[in-house]
Amino acid sequence: MEISIILAGFGGQGILFAGKVLAYCAMEEGKKLTWLPSYGPEMRGGTANCSVCISDEDIGSPIIQNPDILVAMNGPSYEKFIGAVKSGGKVFYDSSMMSGVEERGDADMYAVPASDLAEKHELYGGANMILLGKLLEITGLFSDETVERALKKCVAPKRARLIPYNMQAVALGRKS
Amino acid sequence: MAENTKSGEKYLMKGNEALAEAAIRAGCKCFFGYPITPQTELAAYMAKQMPKRGGVFLQAESELAAVNMLLGAASSGVRAMTSSSSPGISLKSEGISYMAGSDLPAVIINVQRGGPGLGSIQPSQSDYFQATHAMGHGDFNILVFAPNSVQEMADLAALAFDKADEYRIPAMILADGLLGQMMEPVSFHEIEPAHTDKSGWAANGHKNKRAHHIINSLYLDAPTLEKIVRERYERYAIIESREQRSESYMCEDAEILVVGYGAAARVAKSAVAQARAEGIKAGLFRPITLYPFPKDALREAAAGAKVLLDTELSMGQMIEDVKLAINCSKPVEFYGRTGGVVPTPGEILEKLRELNGGI
Repeated sequence: MEISIILAGFGGQGILFAGKVLAYCAMEEGKKLTWLPSYGPEMRGGTANCSVCISDEDIGSPIIQNPDILVAMNGPSYEKFIGAVKSGGKVFYDSSMMSGVEERGDADMYAVPASDLAEKHELYGGANMILLGKLLEITGLFSDETVERALKKCVAPKRARLIPYNMQAVALGRKS
Repeated sequence: MAENTKSGEKYLMKGNEALAEAAIRAGCKCFFGYPITPQTELAAYMAKQMPKRGGVFLQAESELAAVNMLLGAASSGVRAMTSSSSPGISLKSEGISYMAGSDLPAVIINVQRGGPGLGSIQPSQSDYFQATHAMGHGDFNILVFAPNSVQEMADLAALAFDKADEYRIPAMILADGLLGQMMEPVSFHEIEPAHTDKSGWAANGHKNKRAHHIINSLYLDAPTLEKIVRERYERYAIIESREQRSESYMCEDAEILVVGYGAAARVAKSAVAQARAEGIKAGLFRPITLYPFPKDALREAAAGAKVLLDTELSMGQMIEDVKLAINCSKPVEFYGRTGGVVPTPGEILEKLRELNGGI
């Protein structure tokens, strides 16, 4: 069973990092995975995205045409990818960053006011991890223990003090 | 990014970084580069690590300078490497021809992007002809390895250094933007780099205890040059008999044999698996060395096939070697995307269904 996830947002919202956390979680659990960032002209427009594939089997193309899961942190990213999500897929979006969102009737939609929550709880810059927390809660993909192990690997040692903040944001997302 | 990797442990790295780490572990002592997307992480990793690990990182003033520094370092017998992407490799081709003409082992990385000209910065395989048939002027070949995963980026980099030394020949890793940019788990094996005695030719310090060695590719006397080129071709014959590498996936009973390398082979593998689920007897043959082209294994894999489908991120370049390998004994169809566009497995699957209807 292969799960394909596209994470997209503005540069600086931590979308590549959130994807990396998922990738490290998969590696921690001995799964196959690919993580592919956008590096082409699209990232010059201010949006960034990455594609994460997780599987028990070898993964063919790391490019995702129709994701099982979309995490969108801003309007332009939502617009860009919402049509591509598989029927029956899951969409997690930061509802504090967009208004008048046209939801997909054939996908499970999860509106999380992630940026507002991050600000309210003084977890600045933590909206990405709040959305990730929601994703983990709904999909049951990885436990908090795995996430913490993953964070220890993908956060540079000199920034290890930020790991508890990230875990708080994940917990907040799980409860949202 | 792993600072000091431990053997056997898994790391999540970009293909560009894994290749750089493997090169350092293989004893690469000199790296000369010039920035270009999508290979820049490779040079960045070298810039950080080489000074800490007893090596030299140097950002040259141009690709031409970098490749000639590589020639100089290789002349002294140390393991040395340069990396670039398509337009930069064209600039380096002069130096690569000189290295081939001087029998110098060195490793060159091409993380391909769309061409011709400045092209695009997206993944491509349109430098196949250049790498395997026309890497510069003159009669010569270089070893060409084609990884298709982050793990192979690492493994083949180490192998490239060993084989370059063994045959005194430049070796290229022909990767692409997809393999360079994506992250996958990778582990580094504790391997002792093969030791090749270079004392017979390396132009290094000798305190006047022997005659000096000359590294040269200029022979004004035509018969002398012919003799040297012919000797080199005898070495190529040995390489062609010993160094062909490839991988077969579901080829045993395949009626449609897909041939693809690198990133294209990953897409094709997904398509072949999907085709099998639909009852289509498809298989995948993946060349790992492009020079020498694995023609013996391909001939064998194609023996039971009714049709071959060559797939590349180009307008069709390797297809000529595929046709030659099987002496055009079977139809060879083509599906490719170019300019930096990567096909979906669905596109290849569609082609497989179409071919399946015709056999």
